[in-house]
Amino acid sequence: MRKNKLGLINASAILFAVFYSNFSVAQLNLNTINNLNLGEVHGNFQANAQYYIPDSTIGAADVPEKMLLNGFANIIYTKGKFTAGIRYESYLNALQGYPTGYKGNGIPYRYATYKSDELEVTVGSFYEQFGNGLTLRSYEERNLGLDNALDGARLKYQPFKGVYLKALVGKQRTYFTTAGLVRGFDGEIQINEAFAKLKDKKTVVTLGGSFVSKFQTDADPTLVLPQNVGNSAGRFEITRNNFRINGEYAYKINDPSSDNNFIYKYGDAALLQASYAMKGFALSVSGSRIDNMSYRSDRTAQITNLLINYIPALPKQHTYCLLAFYPYASQSKGEMEFSSEIKYKIKKGTALGGAYGTEITVNYSGANSLDTTQIKGTDTKHLGYSSNYLGVGKEIYFRDLYIEISKKINKTWKGTLVYSNQIYNKSIIQKPGSPTIYSNIIIADITYKLKATSSLRLELQNLQTKQDHQDWAYALLEYTINENWFIAAGDLYNYGNEESAKRYHYYMGNIGYMKNTNRITLSYGKQREGIFCVGGVCRNVPASNGITLSVSSSF
Amino acid sequence: MKKIVLGLFIIGALASATIIQNSEGRSIPAADVKTLDGKTINTSKFSNDGKPMIIDFWATWCKPCKKELDAISEVYGEWQKETGVKLIAISIDDSRSSGRVSADAKTHGWEYEVYLDENQDFKRALNVGDIPQVFIINGKGEIVWQHNGYVDGGEEHIFEILKKVVKGEKITE
Repeated sequence: MRKNKLGLINASAILFAVFYSNFSVAQLNLNTINNLNLGEVHGNFQANAQYYIPDSTIGAADVPEKMLLNGFANIIYTKGKFTAGIRYESYLNALQGYPTGYKGNGIPYRYATYKSDELEVTVGSFYEQFGNGLTLRSYEERNLGLDNALDGARLKYQPFKGVYLKALVGKQRTYFTTAGLVRGFDGEIQINEAFAKLKDKKTVVTLGGSFVSKFQTDADPTLVLPQNVGNSAGRFEITRNNFRINGEYAYKINDPSSDNNFIYKYGDAALLQASYAMKGFALSVSGSRIDNMSYRSDRTAQITNLLINYIPALPKQHTYCLLAFYPYASQSKGEMEFSSEIKYKIKKGTALGGAYGTEITVNYSGANSLDTTQIKGTDTKHLGYSSNYLGVGKEIYFRDLYIEISKKINKTWKGTLVYSNQIYNKSIIQKPGSPTIYSNIIIADITYKLKATSSLRLELQNLQTKQDHQDWAYALLEYTINENWFIAAGDLYNYGNEESAKRYHYYMGNIGYMKNTNRITLSYGKQREGIFCVGGVCRNVPASNGITLSVSSSF
Repeated sequence: MKKIVLGLFIIGALASATIIQNSEGRSIPAADVKTLDGKTINTSKFSNDGKPMIIDFWATWCKPCKKELDAISEVYGEWQKETGVKLIAISIDDSRSSGRVSADAKTHGWEYEVYLDENQDFKRALNVGDIPQVFIINGKGEIVWQHNGYVDGGEEHIFEILKKVVKGEKITE
């Protein structure tokens, strides 16, 4: 125990010393560059370091290195129409729960771009999305270690007003290397801009289409695999006054892979979103049907590696701890999803609205399996199954009924109340053979303003379920001292665990400093084993215990 | 351990550059964003007839972002009267929730220009990490101040900076 404590102090001392000792190093270069007017240099930086303390009760493993660090810095140079940038990434070694493919240091991201009004040319690494991403989306979620940037060349061209063309070729990033070969084309026409006559029409229409092809040699001894797999999509968007509707349909030719157990069925995806919004009221509905749409640069890639396309998960994204306990992730193998939401703001000055109005949000969303029929066959080119296009499968993957009431009572008090009822098919979403989890969640979030920029915020959360680890409670008190400093303390408590010996507390304490774009946070506490999601992508994070220092900034 | 310290050192050196608020003279970088009715706009074309602008990055799932935009909304009329400012709200919602952006903006009664940055191209061009992040642009189109995060009452600071910008004072913080 004594040894641990000493190690702790040591680690934090080193972290701080290193950070503060470096402040003056890079000043010269930047100033010189700017004074000579040779262009501009900007960037941002983030580092997270954690010192680990083993804790066998919650299952926090002994980390041999004791301390782990993830960090990155983006540097962008701009001069007129020219931009070039790099990202230096450092994993010494990667934090627990982070993909183990990240090891060491490197500059996996570097690019140069020329952008004029009509033309944009990029060579090197780039991120791109066609339509909603059903055929192609390369993007980054740094907090999860997801980065499927393309490395190659991209051309964007606007031949006429309202017409936008994109073409690209690239290999895909996987950790510190690249793999596969992806070619893509996307075209979009904004009808009202393209035809002068329609310029002032109330109905605004945009149409688009994309085609993506990936190449991988067939080295399989028994199967005859398609070496080029095409994925194409068409889309539309129409808005008129307060009404908006958009949809996309994608079709992928047969693409046997480990995701679909090497079947030869085609894949397709349909996505439709509509909303009506006016001051004080909005209604949004969306739905999708996804069938065999996993699309990767490498047939055998797993988890989040080498994904070319993106299947959006439509259920509401939650940020409160217990609401996000059992989060849905879209199932590219096959699913039907829906989401509907009503927002209503009761006017201020009414009995229920009070002095500032009251906002009510009701969301109901979920996902089911497809209605499929297995096709028997053992030949080397079998289709696997057929699906009834309009039928909804019987198996529930996810449900979430969410009701939120948000209100500012007066100048000092405001609060949010949430009730949510969720069904989570753990067996499909997380781990085969697990029971489905039915949960009820209640949350109260209250803010009390002390002074101009000083406030207290209290979060109380409760989750009740008979499955998994049963009931949980969470409390968080956050004290914003002024614009620059905050402290917070919280406890997540598994009070209802059927095995009373496992009713663990997960304490957490934070202290943070913010100034302009600089942010330093030091925290100490325990993290439960669980699913951690950012941007609709989730990763299983192991239990841990220790101190974490996070530093981020942009300039 | 040595390796770790070395790594921290390298990153620390890079971080040092952040202490210099070296943003004066920087113009808005070029990226393509979309209007809520599907039109493509080049961000380097953002302008407000020689008056200041605020660019605020937010998302439908980001509570502090919406708190900040709500707080500004309450005093936006006043700010506009005094400084002529225009607020541009950039949503970084992707295709999961971009369909709910106009619902949020309209029910809250925000009178801002709202754009979608679905694949975060503009966010990356401005080196934005976690949101909310606010930029203040002077009448000449130069970014003179930026701020990350929101605490209740933080909008007052933005207003102070805005007033200085309108007077032509140099922003040193």
